[in-house]
Amino acid sequence: MGKRDYSLLGPDALRAVETGLAAAEWYHTEVPRKVMKELMQRRDGPALRDTALLFGTMIVCAGLGWALWPSLWALPFWAVYGVLYGSAMDSRWHECSHGTAFKTPWMNNALYQVASFCMIRNPVTWRWSHARHHTDTVIVGRDPEIAVMRPPVFFKVIANFFGIFDAITGWGRMLRNASGRLDAEERTFIPDSEQPKVIRVARIWLLIYAATIALAVWMGSILPLMAIGLPRLYGAWHHVMTGLLQHGGLADNVNDHRLNSRTVYMNPVSRFIYWNMNYHVEHHMFPMVPYHALPKLHDLIKHDLPAPNRSIAAGFAEMWPALRRQLANEDYFVRRDLPLGARPYRDDFHAAALGTAAE
Amino acid sequence: MPQWIAACATDDIDEEDVIRFDHGAQTFAIYHSPEGEFFATAGRCTHEDVHLCDGLVMGHLIECPKHNGQFDYRTGAAKRAPVCEALRTYPVKVESGQVFVQVAE
Ligand code: FES
Repeated sequence: MGKRDYSLLGPDALRAVETGLAAAEWYHTEVPRKVMKELMQRRDGPALRDTALLFGTMIVCAGLGWALWPSLWALPFWAVYGVLYGSAMDSRWHECSHGTAFKTPWMNNALYQVASFCMIRNPVTWRWSHARHHTDTVIVGRDPEIAVMRPPVFFKVIANFFGIFDAITGWGRMLRNASGRLDAEERTFIPDSEQPKVIRVARIWLLIYAATIALAVWMGSILPLMAIGLPRLYGAWHHVMTGLLQHGGLADNVNDHRLNSRTVYMNPVSRFIYWNMNYHVEHHMFPMVPYHALPKLHDLIKHDLPAPNRSIAAGFAEMWPALRRQLANEDYFVRRDLPLGARPYRDDFHAAALGTAAE
Repeated sequence: MPQWIAACATDDIDEEDVIRFDHGAQTFAIYHSPEGEFFATAGRCTHEDVHLCDGLVMGHLIECPKHNGQFDYRTGAAKRAPVCEALRTYPVKVESGQVFVQVAE
């Protein structure tokens, strides 16, 4: 395929529409309707427990970090607080954007707003961009959320472990939106009726940041910024680490999530921070299944999916060399074997995209 | 000229659930509400071309399986982004255990 153009307004975007890759019908493993209905059921209990634990830990850590400052003993508390702010909020933003975290809609919305602020993702804009990510997952020119483009820019990937580019882009967009403007790409996926909401949220956020900076100046201390804003940088590493594994090094321009998404078994702490999004193939195939039911869904359909990576380290061991090979060969990707008895990949349909798989 | 078409038997749909019904080139979603009433809407989401029959019925809402947009299936009103456009609804009647949908020919 050669050079990719990731712009949502470029030639690859047009080609994806013309060839039927965009807005196509995706592969699904068969699950009986009754079972799927059971899996899709919403509950408040699991997310209430997890949210209480999340905010409780954040308050305790920020309190101790503040009290112990400037001693070095403050650092572990800020480190934990930072990961919960700059990484756990990514998965909360994600689950709430699907409306699957809670059964009660206002609870979903409340957590969605807080998490969007922490991640500097405008809650209106990103609802639409994430919808597109689900319609056209890793379709070049259509998916606005491709984390590692080909060829990978390692400097950018590594800088993002500290949130550098994401946060700067987020703050830049906030300032632009607060001034009453949206860029051309935003206008391709946000309906006109929603655009004033983008601007309103950006203005509210700007006020919060202004108040935080004013407090920091008044106190002559960085502490207010350690609590609001900076954790998006110093706590981003966990969500970048887990997020890269979602699709990194796998196929693009296909309509089968088994080819472009990765399920990875993770330790319980990472699963809490990531809210079970390590079951990523399952999530993309069935986005209506809440995070707390994904392990069950995984057990039910794993016979039809490539074997999961056994750990975060194993996921990186598969992905990182593939990304490095993409430096020289943009078409390279890892193609995982399906278990015996799984429905085969539709190689005929994906022929163009599947040119250079790993042996 | 509108016509009443037999879509399914009443016990083909569990309470608080939905099924798909195709008639000619048209596709419909038929709902069984928690109160035991039946409703019909266009079968495809107004956001993208996705069948609502794989979605989840919660009370009087149908949630689309693709991006979790929601409609009130009694009125067709769009209730949750990313759906903005209402769903078309169709009159329904029940006679002798059969659900009929009024379809414009
Ligand atoms: S296709 Fe129904 S919400 Fe997007």
